[in-house]
Amino acid sequence: MSINTEEMILNMGPQHPSTHGVFRLKLHVNGETITKAEPVMGYLHRGSEKLAEGFIYTQFIPYTDRLDYMNAMTNNYIYCAGVEKLLDWEIPERAEYLRIITMELNRIASHQLWWGTYLLDIGALSPFLYALRDRETVLDRLNEISGARMTFNYMRIGGVKWDAPDGWIEKVKESVKVLRENIAEYDELVTGNEIFQARTMNVGTLTKEQVINWGLSGPIARGSGVDIDIRKTEPYSIYDRFDFEVPVETKGDAYARYKVRIAELHQSLNIIEQACEQIPAEGDIIHKKGARIMMIKPPAAEAYTRAEASKGEIGVYVVSNGKTKPYRVKLRRPSFVNVSILQDMLVGESIQNVVAIFGSLDVVLGEVDA
Amino acid sequence: MDLLTMILYAVIILGALLGAVTYAILFERKVIGYMQLRPGPNRHGPWGLFQTIADVMKLLMKEDIIPTAADKKIFIIAPVLAFVPSFAIFATIAWSENIVGADLNIGVLYFIGISSITTLGVLMGGWSSNNKYSLLGAIRGVAQVISYEIPLVLSIIGVVILVGSLNFREIVLYQESIGMWLIIPQFLAFIVYMISAIAELNRSPFDLPEAESELVSGYHTEYSGFRFAFFMLAEYVYAIAISALATTLFLGGWLGPAFLPGILWFLLKMCFFMFFWFWLRATLPRARVDHLMGFGWKVLIPLALLNIVITAIIKVWMG
Amino acid sequence: MSQEVLDLVVEKVHGFLGEEVLAFEEPEPEPEEEPKEDEKPKRRKKPEPKIERPADLNFGRPMIILDSDKWSVELAKMLRDDEELQFDFLSCVTGVDYDEHMEVIYNFYSTVKDYYLGVKIKTPRDNPSVASIEPLWKAADYMEREVYDLLGIDFPGHWNMKRILLQDEWEGHPLRKDYVTDKKALGLD
Repeated sequence: MSINTEEMILNMGPQHPSTHGVFRLKLHVNGETITKAEPVMGYLHRGSEKLAEGFIYTQFIPYTDRLDYMNAMTNNYIYCAGVEKLLDWEIPERAEYLRIITMELNRIASHQLWWGTYLLDIGALSPFLYALRDRETVLDRLNEISGARMTFNYMRIGGVKWDAPDGWIEKVKESVKVLRENIAEYDELVTGNEIFQARTMNVGTLTKEQVINWGLSGPIARGSGVDIDIRKTEPYSIYDRFDFEVPVETKGDAYARYKVRIAELHQSLNIIEQACEQIPAEGDIIHKKGARIMMIKPPAAEAYTRAEASKGEIGVYVVSNGKTKPYRVKLRRPSFVNVSILQDMLVGESIQNVVAIFGSLDVVLGEVDA
Repeated sequence: MDLLTMILYAVIILGALLGAVTYAILFERKVIGYMQLRPGPNRHGPWGLFQTIADVMKLLMKEDIIPTAADKKIFIIAPVLAFVPSFAIFATIAWSENIVGADLNIGVLYFIGISSITTLGVLMGGWSSNNKYSLLGAIRGVAQVISYEIPLVLSIIGVVILVGSLNFREIVLYQESIGMWLIIPQFLAFIVYMISAIAELNRSPFDLPEAESELVSGYHTEYSGFRFAFFMLAEYVYAIAISALATTLFLGGWLGPAFLPGILWFLLKMCFFMFFWFWLRATLPRARVDHLMGFGWKVLIPLALLNIVITAIIKVWMG
Repeated sequence: MSQEVLDLVVEKVHGFLGEEVLAFEEPEPEPEEEPKEDEKPKRRKKPEPKIERPADLNFGRPMIILDSDKWSVELAKMLRDDEELQFDFLSCVTGVDYDEHMEVIYNFYSTVKDYYLGVKIKTPRDNPSVASIEPLWKAADYMEREVYDLLGIDFPGHWNMKRILLQDEWEGHPLRKDYVTDKKALGLD
């Protein structure tokens, strides 16, 4: 006797609590096993790249905030750095340090929020609130220097917009101490938990080959034993001056990615500490021309610039034709590339793992849809 | 006259339960709130005392929505069917030496038998909603509750063997006679009972049927307004019932130092169980279905069986 | 370093195509290099008098420029699998629309050798088409679809060439320079 079974199509999203935005996963399910997964995106598409072509160079900076709104500082940076590369400007020392400190603070905030929401996906409530408590410390610091909590619009072509207020560096040093203690709590509360380990170990395993072939980057790549961190392999800004490690795990499962991110929190704190020690007490915070001219005119040229965001490799390809508006700005958004692996890695998994896998990729939809 | 007392007792219990559920919810939110570094509800009334009342009012006044594609009759019956058994089992609970609804000599059996019917409500609700998430939630819920019913019952059997009675009052009186609570001789059973009770109640970390991060809201995704309130009510009433059962079986029911009346001891012990569940909810992530099933069948049932064997041997050996 | 990589790539690609068709520009030695005669790439930029340094492509990074009919999956496979190159990581795919032609720029990275390479492929503006490298680098899956979606460059060989960010019924390709935003239809006006 044969039983006639029907394939069920399960729509996860666009309105679903665990897709972290408007993302839709069309799952073809046989029983509880997924036979095919189709990610559908674009619900949040704002045409950022098209908008860039209509603005003068500086005007586009706030729009980069809205890509990965959890890690806006690096987005600001990469766009500015891309244009600076065309201009061949030297960035003032103090500005470089401020950039590093704010970017690393933002990376911490981003990872903390990921930690909280991932645990929320897994079904634990409290970590989310602990993460938000600690993120508040970071956001306060960023707020004090940039005037915003999430979409900073802080970097400028040639430097940064605001100098650090009095005593800010000291405050950051204090915060680092506080954060160190708080982040140690994360391990106590979650990392050793058996249910958590059972849900993440050997779930969503990615091999080294898969990672490279699918162009995955950031903690996902490092969780699978691919030792790429652009801060190390191709030190941009002044990352070569700091002593930090690139945490790498080899297992490639969700738990490995979790461990990488937690370890990265500590490394970011190390970088901030060193930067706070080294930062020159005073100096320019923006390139002389950058401060003076609104209408920046890079020479006709094009270049690809990349940096390490909290989600992976963020890049920008800027084409200039010597006018005041960019001819073309292409944004390489890490989440957009990282999310593509879903169609491959979800096949054969059970529905109960979808959330644990999807969450472990740390995807931000603002960035996917641009 | 007899009928009148019966009805009176039922009404009083219902009223008390509604109040208890109201404040159990507040208690839960406050406990979890403090554990999560926030004050919990504090806008309605002093210390947020009227928060749940306001929530219930909101639920009752909401528009009653029945999805077009739903199976209407079943959809309507489901919440009722989930609630009624969870309420009916309170008939046999012995609150104190004198306060008891029906002094059944098969009290434990009645309790377990009736409480299983709640599952039907879950299944019907999930099925009739005509929603894939509801259906998945209901399937998970039924599978889970049925699997964990077995270790739950098996763990109770240890107590029953020791006491030699299914009557709640006699179970407590037995504990009085031997001078200790059954949690000590039946510690293994207590552990099994506690774990399976959490799964029975669909509470965290085993709250898979309503795992909001995966299944939106599980079997009651499509329910709103007072029907949803019914499901919530059933869930909490059942939680209270299970903690009452645990109190009776393992913590000596109303027994306690004489400076407090027995019923207060009973309620305090129940509160302890409730608190324990809330504490777990604030701490643990959610388990996965297959782990949960494996744990139930491969660990809890053998443990419960082992407990029965040991208890039986002790019983025979002690005469 | 990048000059060596470029020389290596140029040599390999020449060897592969068997003809002198590769046009390349190398920024590091500053004066203009002699591009190969027959395939002189169309430089869209006119020499401007006031720029501070010579206009160049992809600063400090090797880049080769090809015509779309010279570009093929086999050539890409050579870039990926050749022992000395091993460009196994695809960083970015960019499409650019110019008045007379369109370009697709692939940015490769070699995780083994730590090399970078840009490959710029030019394709005619009417009926633009570039061989897809999706079969080799799965990373190109979404990135090429995005280029197709926004610029309308076709990638034959891609397994699932359809729109990704815009809805399927969308007309036109917004990142083309001649795209007219119909504000009325979008309800913006």
